[in-house]
Formats: sequence, structure tokens, C-alpha cells
Amino acid sequence: MIDVRDLSVAFGDVSVLEDVSLAVEEGTFVGLVGPNGAGKTTLLRAISGALEPDTGLVSIDGTDIHTLSSRESSQLVSVVPQDTTLSFSFAVRDVVEMGRTPYRSRFSPPTVEDRERVEHALERTGVDRFADRSIEEVSGGERQRVILARTIAQDTPVVLLDEPTASLDVNHQVETLELVSELVADGKTVIAAIHDLDLAARYCDELVIVADGSVLERGAPESVLTSARLERAFDATAAVTTNPVTGSPVVTALPGEPRGDADTDDDENANTATGERTNGPARVHVVGGGSTAAGVLARLEAAGIDASVGPVAETDVAAETARQLGVDRLTVEPFSSLEGATITALDRERRRSDVTVVADLRIGAGTRPVLESLADEDAEPLVVVESTPFDERNAVDEGARDRYERLRTRATTGDPETVVGRVLEAWNARSNADPDGRDRHDPIESDDD
Amino acid sequence: MQRPGVILAWSLGLTVLLLAIAVASAALGPVRIEPVTVALAMLNAVVIPSGVETGTWTVPLLEWAVPRPSLEYSRVFAFEVQRSHQTIVGDIRLPRIALAATVGFGLAAAGTVMQGFFRNPLADPSIIGVSSGAAVGAVATIAFPALIPIGLRPAAFVGAVLTAFLVYAIATEGGRTPVATLLLAGVAVQAFLGAMISYMLVHSGEGLRQAVVWLMGHLSNSTWNDVGLSLPFVLAGVLVLGAFTREMNVLLLGEEDAHHLGVDVERTKFLLLALASVVTAAGVAVAGVIGFVGLVVPHIMRLIVGPDHRILLPTSALAGASFLVVTDTVARAELYGMPIVPVGIITAALGAPFFLFLLKRQEVHAL
Repeated sequence: MIDVRDLSVAFGDVSVLEDVSLAVEEGTFVGLVGPNGAGKTTLLRAISGALEPDTGLVSIDGTDIHTLSSRESSQLVSVVPQDTTLSFSFAVRDVVEMGRTPYRSRFSPPTVEDRERVEHALERTGVDRFADRSIEEVSGGERQRVILARTIAQDTPVVLLDEPTASLDVNHQVETLELVSELVADGKTVIAAIHDLDLAARYCDELVIVADGSVLERGAPESVLTSARLERAFDATAAVTTNPVTGSPVVTALPGEPRGDADTDDDENANTATGERTNGPARVHVVGGGSTAAGVLARLEAAGIDASVGPVAETDVAAETARQLGVDRLTVEPFSSLEGATITALDRERRRSDVTVVADLRIGAGTRPVLESLADEDAEPLVVVESTPFDERNAVDEGARDRYERLRTRATTGDPETVVGRVLEAWNARSNADPDGRDRHDPIESDDD
Repeated sequence: MQRPGVILAWSLGLTVLLLAIAVASAALGPVRIEPVTVALAMLNAVVIPSGVETGTWTVPLLEWAVPRPSLEYSRVFAFEVQRSHQTIVGDIRLPRIALAATVGFGLAAAGTVMQGFFRNPLADPSIIGVSSGAAVGAVATIAFPALIPIGLRPAAFVGAVLTAFLVYAIATEGGRTPVATLLLAGVAVQAFLGAMISYMLVHSGEGLRQAVVWLMGHLSNSTWNDVGLSLPFVLAGVLVLGAFTREMNVLLLGEEDAHHLGVDVERTKFLLLALASVVTAAGVAVAGVIGFVGLVVPHIMRLIVGPDHRILLPTSALAGASFLVVTDTVARAELYGMPIVPVGIITAALGAPFFLFLLKRQEVHAL
């Protein structure tokens, strides 16, 4: 239906799209995702014919869109723009009626079909309830529906939407995309730039990740939305989980630097992210706090490893990250000293886990029991990751330093970026040495503890 | 959707209002005439073409005599009206009223188009330099009559149209004419032409007063001949513009949206600009620079009938006609022996405060 071939667009010296090729089947809902400035809007404008590409071809239904007159192309493609200039008080019905412009002749009144299409569009979008109000008076969500109604009245086989949900609250976002899905079910071909990855994953048949002016990846949402690809596209750490209600992927962007090019160095990370990991620890407990621990949690989660964290202050960024990821957390009041019950809980979490990660642990007067708990032999295998020098984290005395150093000598050490690799290393070393040692970590047994 | 019936009703109503104002205006003056007599005299002045007479016309400069066909007219009615009254109404007041109506009709229509075109509430018919161009032509004719032998009105008309096309050409690049560039090019060209006008005024000698009065816009000493020069352009221009009201509506959504809704944006922009410029030029050429009609009248009508050009264009045009007839009736006070007040001064003096009133009430904030 839509065939984009070797499309390149530059504004002045700045190349916005480079050799983009994309074929879209009739009746599919394709979502364009990617960071701001990646070229999504430009790609849509080139497909709609609003923008003349420097090189390349856009054909719709076999016709080069750029050879068509506005009238001809507007009978093939309709566009829901990112923001419509609406600083005038047309009645809602008038705006919807403008969708029939491509079919109207200059001097004749609207045909029966024109009228029917407009009425149909008004009803279908529920806009008929306020059809006689001024477009200036309706809310943002209603306005978006009016523009959708205009598109439905235009009745083109291809519909392009540029951020149709950007300015809407959550119920209107869902409403809008439900409506678009219905259009797709009717056989229309839809391409939409959607910045909300979760919504895109939920509604689109296929996702296309656009980054730096080219197509990074395309395919079904579950296969396209992996943390490795998202990190590459968005230059940010992200975790992909599954929405328990809809079953579609949920993307959570996390604080912390991305770990770099996922394709080269940390191969095990990239692979685990795509679910190809076959062997590794099932559960890891993280002790520590701050952005280092948060980053560790995100990377573990992205690698498909269950994690728990604690003890951590409720207000700590690591606790918040854990909450977003749905990770078990052992929280305490900020600045409180750790009581026996907390340490018991820590011990239990630790034993349930296959590996314990100590991430930038801060040593205060109250954390001594934590270090003592970790000194226990069954805390192994241990991984220590650090991004802040120990002296800056130590608020107590040299005794704490000694205990911490002893901990380090028993552990595999590394930086937060490589934590998944270190965890696998530590786990492999341990399970090779002690093949039966895992039995006591069985979560079912430990529940009875 | 504006039902055709609604548009027709508004247009008819405003036409009746215009006729009533015309009758009232023609009744006023140093010689008071009964409105009934005025109405009869007006009907007596109605003519229809009845034949074609071929005269000759000499091409300026080249001294070529070419055949020039002209229409013969015959009167339709012959009511009994006192001869002097018939002359006052038919030959003195009515041509001036008709010219005021024509110019007001054209300026308000062109203003409506320009405001929609530029999506700018401050746009008026002269925004791309049409009035300045006309002024250059007119003042040049007054200051240096020997240089421009084609007469003041043709010179003003040609100056206006040439300026519009110059601005359009400057703003067009690669087949596209961005509205912002057009606006800025118009401002720059207007400034340049303003300098030319000032220079010519300084050197216009005895013609200075005439030039200043022209620049302020006036309708005194109007003849049926002036109406005949202006009306065909204005009427034809506005009629053709009337065929593009749907495109004007869609263009309000923005050019890219308009393109996606099947409007050939660049071609439509060119047509709208050309037609609005010709209509403005035809008005300005006979009446001088009359400001504020094209700015204020569309705003007022937009408040009343809404932004839909299908109804806004005809109603604005008709209201503009009435507005200028009323203001020119005030301007005619000069006939009572009061000092001369060009109608352009009155339109601005009435229009500006009214516009400010609307502005303060926040009713004129956008299109």
C-alpha cells in the first residue's frame, strides 16, 4: 500500500532522513517511535506529499505521491497533524465538513454522499454531541476527536497521524487509539508517530524505531521493543516489562547512563535483553542505594533477572525505581537505624537470591548490621559494584573500612555498567564449584522459612 | 455549515440596508430633498445597456487612433421629479454614493481575504503595498504630469497592481511563497515607496494640496465615469473571490492542512492575492488611500456572522459599502461650507476608536 524507497531529506545542510525504506501492507497499523528529532514527523510529511524529498520515492497504491495534485493526493492520504491551528471559531461540524473538500466541486452544493460521510464521521467519533459548538470552546481531547472525525469524513485509504495523543490525558489517548484501531479494522492503512512507547506497543501491529534519520528496526512490538534497541535509539537506560493487564510490552526509562553500544562489548547483556539467555541466576538481591543501585536494578530487570532491593530508604531513588519496575523492596524510614526485623528480612531476601549485589553501599552508624549480615558465608556469591569512592561513602570509622574490604575480597567487583556480566560470572563460578548448592535457594522452600 | 439560505438572507438584508442608507445619504445636503423624491430620482437614474456605439480612442504617446466600442444606455423609469432635484440626486450625489459603495465593497472584501490569507488580524488590503503603489502612481501624475500622460487613475491602478506583483515576485522562491516573507517584503516595499512618495511631495509644487488630499482618500467630484471605471473590476474581482471561499476557510487551518485537504495552496494563494490586489487597486485608484474600511469592517462582521468565508465575504463587502457611504456622507459636510475633510480621515477617526473598543473587550484577538 505504502512503499517508501531510499528516501532522503535534508533541511539545508542538516540531513533529517537518510535512505529510509519502508513498505507498509494494506490494513496495518504501523507506529513510528523514536526520540524527538529522529525524523518521524519529516518521514510522515514526506509520505503525505507535503514535503518534497531530496532523493527517493514514495508511492501509495502504486502511484508516486509527488506527481499527484493536492486534490488527487488528498483523496488517497489524510493527515492528522500534530497541532492544528484552531484560533478561529468555526463550528465543529464545519471543521468536519472540510474533510470533504477533496471531493467537492466548486459550484455545486454538497452531494448526498458528502452529507452522509460527515454525519457518519460525527456519530462514529461521538462528536455529534457538540457538533454545533465552536471549535474554540471544546477541550483538547474533544478537539482531537474533531480532527479525527474530519479524517474519517475524508475517507482515504491511507491515514497518517503525527503524535495524535501527545497533548491528551490518558483516557483520551486510549479513546483516540481505539478509534484509529477501528479504522485499521475497516481496512485502512495507518502510520502514526507515537511518542508513548507503551501505547504504541499496545495498539500498533508493527513498530518502526526511527533514530537519527533512519529506520533502526521494525517488526512486531514485542520483538522490536527491547531495552538494548531502546537504549540505542533513545540514548537512555530502559527496562521492558510486560503489562499484566494488556499483555503488551511496557517500557520504563530509568535514570543512569546507557551502557554504550549494545551490539559490541556487553554481548551477554544484549542477548539477555532479547530473551536469548538460557542459563543464569533466577534472582538477585541488591544491597545499596542511590542512582547506582537504581541503575543496577534496571539492568538486571532488563536482562530478565528477578531482583529485590533493600534495605533502602523509602525516599531513595533506588526504591522509586524498584517500585516502577515492580521489584520487591525492603524499605525503611530515611535515616533510621536498622532494627533486627529489617536485618532478618534482609537475610531472608539474601538467601532467596542466587547472587547478592552490593551497589555503592553507604556506611553509616546504622548500616553496621548490614555489613555483618553480608559477612555471613551464605551471602556468596557476592558482586560489589562501585561508582563512588569508598571514603565518600564512609561516615563511620576505619573499622567499617576493614569490614568492607573483607567483603570486597570475597566478591567479584565491577562497575555498574557491567553488573549483569559480573553477576553471571559470579553465579557461574559458584555453581561450577558447588553444583548442588542451589537447592537451598529454591524460592518455594525459602517461603517456608 | 452555513446554509445557502442563511447567506442569502444576510446578503439581502445588508443590500436593503445599503439602499436605505443610500437614499438617506442622497437626501442630505445643502438642498434637503424628501426621501421619496430621492428614491424616485434614483430609480430614474437606473439605466440598462441598449446598444453599442463605436467611437475612437487615441493611444497615448503613440497617437494611434483605435476604434473604441462603448455601450449606449437608456433609462428604465421616468417618474416625475423636479428637474433640479433630479440633477442633484442623479448627477451629483448619486455618483458619489455609488462610488463610495463600490470602493467600500471592494476594500472590505479585499480586507476579509487578506486577513484570512495572512491569518493575521492586522492584515488589510494594502498590506502588500497595493495602496503605496497606487499612491506612487497618483502622486507622480500630480507632481510630474508631463512624465505620466495616462491620467491619474490609470497610473494609480497600474502602480498598485505592479507593486503587488513585485512583492509577490520578491517573496516567491522555488515555487513557494511563504506568507511571512510576503508580509515582510510588503513592509519593505511599502517603506521604499513611502520614501519615493515623500520625495515627490516635496517637489510637487502647486500640486501638493491635490496630492495630499488624494493620499488621504476622498470621493469629492465623483462622476458616473469613475463608477464605470471602478465597478467592473471590483464586482468581477469579488465575484471570482466568492468562488474561492471554501479554499479560504481551509487555508485558515494552515497551508499544510489545506494541502492535505486537496487545496492547491500556491495556486490558490496567487489567485487570492491577485484578485484582492486588483479589487483594492480599482478602489484606491478612484478614491485615494482610504484606510480602516478593509481592516475594521471584516472584524465587525466576523464577530457577527463568524469566520466562515462563505458568509463573511459577501456580508463584509456589503457592510463595507454601507460603512463608506455613511462616512462619506459625514465627509460631505464640506458642502455646507465646513472645511474639507477627506473621507479617509473620517474612516480612520471612526474606525480606529471602534477597533480599540473591540480590542479592549478582547473580542478581536484572532481570526
